[in-house]
Amino acid sequence: MNDRVSSGALLDVRDLRTEFTTGGGVVRAVDGVSWDVRAGETVALVGESGCGKSVSALSIMGLVARPAGRVAGGQILFKGRDLLELPEDDMRRIRGREIAMVFQEPMTSLNPVLTVGRQITEACEIHLGHTEAQARARAIEVLRLVGIPDAERRLRQYPHQFSGGMRQRLMIAIALSCSPDLILADEPTTALDVTIQAQILDLMKELSRSFGAATLIITHNLGVVARYADRVNVMYAGRIVERGTAREIYANPRHPYTLGLLRSVPRLDEPKRERLDPIQGQPPDLTRLPRGCAFAPRCAFAIERCRAEAPPLQSVGGSHLSACWVAQDLPQRSALSPQPSGDGEEIPSSRAQRGISR
Amino acid sequence: MTTTTDIAIVEAEAPERRRGWLDVVLDFCRRRPLGAIGAAIVVLMILVALTAPMIAPYDPLAIDFAAMLAPPGADHWLGTDAYGRDVLSRIIYGSQTALIVGFGAAFVGSTAGAVLGVGSAYFGGRVDLIVQRFMDIFISFPLIILALAMVAILGNTLPNLIIAMTAPMVPRCALVIRSSALSVREMPYVDAARAAGFSHARIILRHMLPNVMAPYLIMLTSFLGQAILLEASLSFLGLGVQEPTAAWGLMLRGAAVEFAETAPWMALFPGLAISLAVFAFNLFGDSLRDALDPKLRTG
Repeated sequence: MNDRVSSGALLDVRDLRTEFTTGGGVVRAVDGVSWDVRAGETVALVGESGCGKSVSALSIMGLVARPAGRVAGGQILFKGRDLLELPEDDMRRIRGREIAMVFQEPMTSLNPVLTVGRQITEACEIHLGHTEAQARARAIEVLRLVGIPDAERRLRQYPHQFSGGMRQRLMIAIALSCSPDLILADEPTTALDVTIQAQILDLMKELSRSFGAATLIITHNLGVVARYADRVNVMYAGRIVERGTAREIYANPRHPYTLGLLRSVPRLDEPKRERLDPIQGQPPDLTRLPRGCAFAPRCAFAIERCRAEAPPLQSVGGSHLSACWVAQDLPQRSALSPQPSGDGEEIPSSRAQRGISR
Repeated sequence: MTTTTDIAIVEAEAPERRRGWLDVVLDFCRRRPLGAIGAAIVVLMILVALTAPMIAPYDPLAIDFAAMLAPPGADHWLGTDAYGRDVLSRIIYGSQTALIVGFGAAFVGSTAGAVLGVGSAYFGGRVDLIVQRFMDIFISFPLIILALAMVAILGNTLPNLIIAMTAPMVPRCALVIRSSALSVREMPYVDAARAAGFSHARIILRHMLPNVMAPYLIMLTSFLGQAILLEASLSFLGLGVQEPTAAWGLMLRGAAVEFAETAPWMALFPGLAISLAVFAFNLFGDSLRDALDPKLRTG
C-alpha cells in the first residue's frame, strides 16, 4: 500500500482481511484494510452498520467468532509483534492487560451475578498479580477516576444497581484497571443518552490522556469523531475510503460517502433545511461486491471508471487520503445545497406533491 | 417552546434492595405452602439423620431373637423384623444412608452435568456436537438400567453407588443447563470476559456457571427425590447398600417379602419413609422451580 506511515506506530494494521463463511457465500467483512494508531493518539473508525468496523476490533483482539469467521490475511503489529502470529496464551496476556476493550452495550456487558468490585479486581489479580487487597485498592482508585462517588460502597453492589451511564463508566474503569496501552472502544456511547454521551467521551479523552493510552473509537457518529478523534478512517463495505485528520475530513471531505454521511447529519449551526439528505440506496451485499468501487451504485458522482476499476487509497493533499477517482472534482461540503443525486428528481417532485395535497 | 423549563438530568441511583435470606424464606412459605411443607419434611429428615444416635430407641444392628417379628407396640413402636431388630431405629438410621447417597449423587450429578452443559454451550461447534451426542446416548438408557450397569461394573461400595447413580443424572442435567447456557453464551459480558484475557475455564466456572444457578438448583432438587428412590431400588434389587447397614430399600427385601402377610409392618414403614421422603423432595423441588422460573430467562 502506498500509505504506509512511520513504523513507530503502537498498533499497525496492514492489509487486514477478515472473512466469514455464510450460507450465502464468503463475506469479506474486512477486505485489505491498513491503518495505524500511534501511542497516546485517538483514532476513529467510522462507517455505517456492517462496514467492518467492529470486526476490525475483534480481529485485533483475536476474538473473531470461529469457525465461521477467520482472519484470512494481513498483519496486526502491536508494539512490533504480529498479534496474528502469537500463540493463544500470549494473546490472552495481551487482552485486558495491554489492549483493553470497552463494549457497546453497558447494560449487558457486565456480569449480572458478580459484584462490580469483583469484575474490576479480577483482571488486576490475573494480569498484574495483585493480591486481593491491592486489587481492591486499585479498584477504588479507578472508580474514583471515572467519577463514581462513594467507591468503597459501590464496589459491593451489583450492576443492576447502576444506571446506564454509570455502567459505561464501570466498563471504562475495568478497561483502565490494568493501565493498557491501547483501548478499543466499540460504539462506547451508542446506548446512552445524548447528555451522558458527552460526559463519557470527555471522560475517555481525559483519562486516555492522563494514562497515556491510545484510543481507537469505533462509531457511526460523526459528531463523536469531530470532537474526540485526532485522525479518522472512514470505512465502507470492508475498506477504508477516506483517511485524514478530523479537521480535514470535516472541512474538506474528499470521498462521496463521507460527504453523504456529513450531509445526513442534522446541524444546528446552519439554517434549518426542510429535510436531511440521506445516502440513497442500501449498503452492498458483501458476498457480491461490484468489480469497481463498492460505493459506485449509490454515488451521485460516479463515472464510468468507478464501475470498472476499484480506486486505490491515494493522497489528496498531505496525509489526507481518499479512495475515489473523482476526489479532486467533488464539490466543497458547503457548496452543495440541492444535492445532485442520481435520482434527484424524485425528491423534489415528491416534496412538491406533498405540498400540493396539503 | 421547550426552553421554558430547564431539565436537570441526574443519574438516578438504583435503590438498594437486597432482601435478607429470612425475608426470602418467609416469602416462599407464604406463597408456596405446599413447597414449605415439603421443605419442612426435608429439614425434619435431615435433623433425624443428624441426631440418629440420640433419638433411635435401639441399636439398628442389635439382633434380639426374643423379640423376633414383634408387632408394633409399646416396646417397639413400629415392630421388629425377622432378626428382632427395631424397625423404627432402622428407619431412623436408614435416613442417613438415604440422605448421604441422595445428596451425594444429586450434587455430584447435577454439578458435573452443569459444568459439562456450560462448557458444551461455551465452546459450541464441534465440541458441542460431540458432547451432546454422547449425552443423547446416555439419556436413551432408563435411569435404573444405567445405574444397575454401573454398579455391576464398579462393585457396590457406598462411593461407587454414588458414582453409579450420577451416571444417568449427568446427561439429563447437562442437556437442561446447556440450553440456558446457550443464551448466556451470547451475552456481551461473556465476550467482555474474553476480551479481558480470562481463560476458558475461568469464564465457564466463574462467569457463566453462576448465571445458570436457577436451572441448576431446580435440577439438583429434582434429582434429590429421584436419587433416594434410585438408591432404595438398587438396594431392593440387592445391588445397593449391603446388609447389615440400615437402608430403606434393603428393609423391603428378604424377610420382608417372606413375611409380608404375617408381619406387614416390616415392609410398610420403610416403604412409607421412602414415599414420604420422595414426596417431600418433589414438593419442595416443584415449588422451587415455580419460584425460580422467572429467573430461568437469563439476562
